[in-house]
Amino acid sequence: MSEHGERHLPGKGLINGLAVTLKTMVKPSTTQQYPDVEPDLPPRSRGVIALLEENCTVCMLCARECPDWCIYIDSHKEEVVVPGAARARQRNVLDKFDIDFSLCMYCGICIEVCPFDALHWTPEFEYAETDVLDLLHDKNRLGDWMQTVPAPPAHDVLGEPSKEEATAARKVAGPGAATPAQTARPAGRPERAS
Amino acid sequence: MPLWLDLLVRVVAVVAAFLVLPLVVGQTEHKVMAHMQSRLGPMYAGAFHGWAQLVADGVKFVQKEDITPRAADRQVFRLAPIVALFPYLVVLLAIPLGPGGLVAQQMDIGLFFVLAVLGVGVVAVLMSAWASANKYSLLGGLRGAAQLLGYELPLVLSAASVAMAAGTLSLSGIVEAWSPWWLLWQAPAALVFFVSGLAEIRRPPFDMPIAESELVFGYLTEYTGLRFAFFLLAEYVGIVVIAALTTVLFLGGWHGPAEEHLGWLWTLAKVFAVSFVVIWLRVTYPRLREDQLQRLCWLVLVPVALAQLVLTAAVKVAM
Repeated sequence: MSEHGERHLPGKGLINGLAVTLKTMVKPSTTQQYPDVEPDLPPRSRGVIALLEENCTVCMLCARECPDWCIYIDSHKEEVVVPGAARARQRNVLDKFDIDFSLCMYCGICIEVCPFDALHWTPEFEYAETDVLDLLHDKNRLGDWMQTVPAPPAHDVLGEPSKEEATAARKVAGPGAATPAQTARPAGRPERAS
Repeated sequence: MPLWLDLLVRVVAVVAAFLVLPLVVGQTEHKVMAHMQSRLGPMYAGAFHGWAQLVADGVKFVQKEDITPRAADRQVFRLAPIVALFPYLVVLLAIPLGPGGLVAQQMDIGLFFVLAVLGVGVVAVLMSAWASANKYSLLGGLRGAAQLLGYELPLVLSAASVAMAAGTLSLSGIVEAWSPWWLLWQAPAALVFFVSGLAEIRRPPFDMPIAESELVFGYLTEYTGLRFAFFLLAEYVGIVVIAALTTVLFLGGWHGPAEEHLGWLWTLAKVFAVSFVVIWLRVTYPRLREDQLQRLCWLVLVPVALAQLVLTAAVKVAM
């Protein structure tokens, strides 16, 4: 627009348009031809949810917190006799753990909320079905997905150390040593205008 | 060479060009438009970067059902694609390919003949629009009629300028009389002719009659299958014809290094270069509104063409 007094030559916009299309044409296109080529998925991509059954204590947090109510859990209690203990221990045994992926909205709340790291994200996405009922993945199928769970990406170098690292560092340093809060680099907080 | 053989060779050559060149231009359009939009275009048909995409499209169109709307005027509806296609075939007869009379039909009034026959394409648009018995088609067709009739004038005036410069209406004669300084002398006429030609073949940014996002598909809405394929072929043959006419009239046709032997190569190269520009303009520019289109024609192109006529006459008289 020439409201600010700058007069453009008539036709300059037309020529600029032609230049843009020509420039785009000579640059190689970044199209990935799926399915001949596997897509480059970024780390922590959310494809499907995997279940590590041995970690699950049937606390039901995931089923409770799922906004869509797409996790179905059944369990029963078993007694485990421990020799030398006053009474038998009880443990939850998982009978049914289904996730209905026709309802799942891939929010990840179930994975975040699981205290025992029994649920994991994997980037697998090729599980389309012709029948919507087949989108209900049962316990075995969810366990199979565990083989596709990638290693977690490395921690951010500039981020805060995780609680486990901080605790371990404190133990090594011994009592009375400087805590991470005292030795942390000052965050780049902007000066408040007075 | 006996006459019948001579005629046969010429006709076969023109029909071959008529069938092959538009497909090459069409495939180029797929790929060029794709890369200008940062994508790849057809890649599967024919295994090497989708070269056979248009062949596959042809097969697809041939096997489609032949539908004529119940309320449509059957004869007119069915004739319209042929009427759209035939003039371009006839125009290709007059385009000189190389020096020494390398043209399907030598004509002393070649330019007049070409411009007259191109006008028949307007009838095809109106036929398909009216016969389709469809509001959108009719709207598209009437817009098309206004556009095509309007742009005939700058087309003819700019062609007249170069005919005046060459002193002949014969297309071969015009190419022979061409000299490089004409690029400067006839530049306004070249631009006017090219833009009017684009409007005559209803290519973006002048595709108001089709206007996919507004008129469904304008006068082509009711056409499917082979008839639709003929209209599409007509569009690409139109590009080849307008590119060929621009080349022959304004860019010197077969002139170039070693023109005795390679004249035909330079003609084809220039035709493809101009076709590339046609595709480039399609990708770059948004559609002109009906009133902007008419304004461009009557208030810009016609005066420029008339001024060019005056300039040409003045220079001819002075030289």
